[in-house]
Amino acid sequence: MILTNIETVPGKSIVECYGVVSGSTVRAKHAGRDIMAGLKNLVGGELVGYTELLSESRDEAIERTQQQARSMGANAIVNVRFSTSSVAAGASEIYVYGTAVTVE
Amino acid sequence: MVQLSILFGLIVIGYVFGRIAENNHYKSITQREEVYLRLPCTTNKLPLQTERKILRSEMVRGDVVISVDYFKRIVAGLRALVGGNVTTYETLVDRARREAILRMKERARGADEIVNLRIETSSVFKGQQGQVGSVEVIAYGTAVFYRAVLD
Repeated sequence: MILTNIETVPGKSIVECYGVVSGSTVRAKHAGRDIMAGLKNLVGGELVGYTELLSESRDEAIERTQQQARSMGANAIVNVRFSTSSVAAGASEIYVYGTAVTVE
Repeated sequence: MVQLSILFGLIVIGYVFGRIAENNHYKSITQREEVYLRLPCTTNKLPLQTERKILRSEMVRGDVVISVDYFKRIVAGLRALVGGNVTTYETLVDRARREAILRMKERARGADEIVNLRIETSSVFKGQQGQVGSVEVIAYGTAVFYRAVLD
């Protein structure tokens, strides 16, 4: 599965378009990470736990998008966009969407 | 009195450690940026070298969550009273953006260039009094791999 965030796949041509595919995850961090982040918030610096958490959930959302595209029979997703929103305190929603296409 | 000294202690700890962390981070950012100078990264949608054949392309991304220290948060809080540039937060988002772009470039190993770079910023969780405690930055783009010049 080829993913790009531009309208085309460079060097290939789109032969069929299936429409929008999307995937989302809502993740909350666990208490341990929250306490560590609270401490880190005092001295500043990277919150590794959160970085990992958001990275994992983004991978998960991409995986779900790809599954949807695969079930449509697409082999590429173009114009992929990410969006993040906080649903509640301590939980954030990651949303990935794009257009499923077939390229050759 | 006890509470006041705890607050003061927190500010001092935040100042010292935050300062060390920021200096170290900037040092590593400038070092790594020099390494990746040869990898062009544009917000254009089309690759720069139009005459070359493209082997493949792939989406790459880099993300980072960076928190601000206690001292800076206090300073920013005071700044909010009089208005003006909140320099302490400016360096925070600057560090986060540059770090995210670097991580994206690190994942695009072997790519010739990255097109359509997008940067997105969001605050992950808010500190006391609704202030921004940390920012999350995600940088993503499409890495383009050219065919070798020979063919």
